[in-house]
Amino acid sequence: MSGASLPLAPAPAMAASGRRHLPFWLGAVGVAVLLFVALRAIGNDYGYFAGYFILQYVVLATAWNILGGYAGYVNFGAAGFMAAGAYTAIALRKATGLDLLPGIAAAATVGALLGLGTGYLTLRLRGVYFSIATLCLAVVLQTLVVNWDYVGGSRGAYIVRPREVAPFTSYGEYLFLVMLVLAVLAVGIARTVEVTRLGRGLQAIRDNERAAEAVGVPTLRLKLIATALCGALMAVAGAPLPYYSGYLNPEGAFSLAYAVNAIAMPLIGGAGTWAGPVIGAVLLGSLQQAATVTISSALNLFIVGWMLVIFVAVAPRGILGWFRRRR
Amino acid sequence: MDGDLVLLLNGIVSGLLLGGLYAAAAAGLAVSFGMLDIVNIAHPALMVAGGFLVVLIGTALGLDPLLAALLLAVPFYFLGVAIYTFYHHFFERRGDEALQGLAFFFGVMFIIEVGLVMGFGPEQRFLDPPYAFITWRIGEIDIPLRMLAPALLAMAAIGALWLFLRRSFTGLAISAVAQDAEALRLMAVDPVRIKRLAFGLSVGLAAIAGGALVVVQPVEPSSGQVFIGRVFAVCIMGGMGSLPGCILAAFLFGVVENVTASFYGPSWSPAVAFGWLLLVLAVRPQGLFGKLA
Repeated sequence: MSGASLPLAPAPAMAASGRRHLPFWLGAVGVAVLLFVALRAIGNDYGYFAGYFILQYVVLATAWNILGGYAGYVNFGAAGFMAAGAYTAIALRKATGLDLLPGIAAAATVGALLGLGTGYLTLRLRGVYFSIATLCLAVVLQTLVVNWDYVGGSRGAYIVRPREVAPFTSYGEYLFLVMLVLAVLAVGIARTVEVTRLGRGLQAIRDNERAAEAVGVPTLRLKLIATALCGALMAVAGAPLPYYSGYLNPEGAFSLAYAVNAIAMPLIGGAGTWAGPVIGAVLLGSLQQAATVTISSALNLFIVGWMLVIFVAVAPRGILGWFRRRR
Repeated sequence: MDGDLVLLLNGIVSGLLLGGLYAAAAAGLAVSFGMLDIVNIAHPALMVAGGFLVVLIGTALGLDPLLAALLLAVPFYFLGVAIYTFYHHFFERRGDEALQGLAFFFGVMFIIEVGLVMGFGPEQRFLDPPYAFITWRIGEIDIPLRMLAPALLAMAAIGALWLFLRRSFTGLAISAVAQDAEALRLMAVDPVRIKRLAFGLSVGLAAIAGGALVVVQPVEPSSGQVFIGRVFAVCIMGGMGSLPGCILAAFLFGVVENVTASFYGPSWSPAVAFGWLLLVLAVRPQGLFGKLA
């Protein structure tokens, strides 16, 4: 707590909160356990299904936030990265018969490499070019997958999922737990990034890249680390997708819904803080889950689009920013 | 003549014609992205929306799609003015272009696409003018009017825009705002008014490009996605704000894509766009014909 005695007003507060790692992890694990126990008590498979849906967006939105929220670089290719993860899992299973967990690890590797490659080619330019490149990346990956017969091409691929995994009552429960662990890890990673030198460097890049470069922040290296991390987490969010739905075609995997949600959720929740994407994902995710059940799915995407436009215009700091100003 | 050579020649000619369409699509972006520095990623979506409306108007009034597109360019101009006014008020004025502004255009793109799916359904729409089935033959080379007419319209529209930018006071002011908005203010010209006008023009061009698109191929709500890579690649290759550069890059791009399609199959053509874009960004970000900004 030595930082707190310094006269600098905002920085010591941040540094102090940065040291409270243990309470955060305990709290996060506690919330996760509570969630799992509650759903288990309800014992309905739909609960796991809806829970998974929201948690995958927690991972996706958190991943987007690492690059978009902290560094201010917009990644439009969330659907592409996610599908890359999903198809990595499918290909791995077809080639070696390995199951979900190795698939997630492989997806993380592929996603990181993909992010690194795109970043390396475009991040030396203005951020806009990176955004445009990621926008096209999704289209091109889709072209590749459609032309790749091994993973089913445009017809799609089936994954026969096991009925159950040893200690769990259903496979849905197992998948939910896997996603829950991934979500806690993703949020934890994002928070660690936020409070360490990496996050400070990224925030400096966001506020003024030239000034950051001038005072010795290794901008390109930090951006590449963030892109790789972001790509890996997005691919991880997608890896269990074929197991979740049992069938995956390029249209479903590259759905625009992922791309728009990955951006809308952090921005609506409050980009640049670890809690923002979580709030946004829980809010928008449950809204969409409810709307899909009651209204049509095209309409709920329409609503998300409008919410994104209205929020970035009226509340550019998101829901969290709202609270901060009121305080 | 040798079969492969004929295929190649035909590929080049129809690539040039296709390039006309790409030029129309990218010219609007050259104005908004290149000159005004507004990253309008919704431009291809606006073009596709234009295509749908052209089909609607053309069918209702029995008009030629290209004529309908010219009529539609007027309301699209005002749509562009409205979008810019909103964008300026909420993002440009506050200096939030980089993150929030981009997200705004992404949201607009998304709303247009989902709106089209809801309004028209996901299936393809087309409107074939009578000349669409005529093909001129010069030797072994086919020149389908379906491709030629839109390309000519595109060239005419871009030519008119170029003259406007070079000869009229307002046009010169648009070129000036691209270089130094503050200096323009010192000349007692309101840069915001000029940018509003120019952005309106760029969206009007999207309507014309949409009409051209409808003649060339059927449109569906997701057509815009494939065009994002293409138009940005063309725009950046052409050196951002330069209209002649944009046309040249579009022709080159059309030829490369079409030759790839005729030799390796059309399903690979979107990959060509991305490959080019990445290559240009990595090797020559100032464009093939541009100077370093």
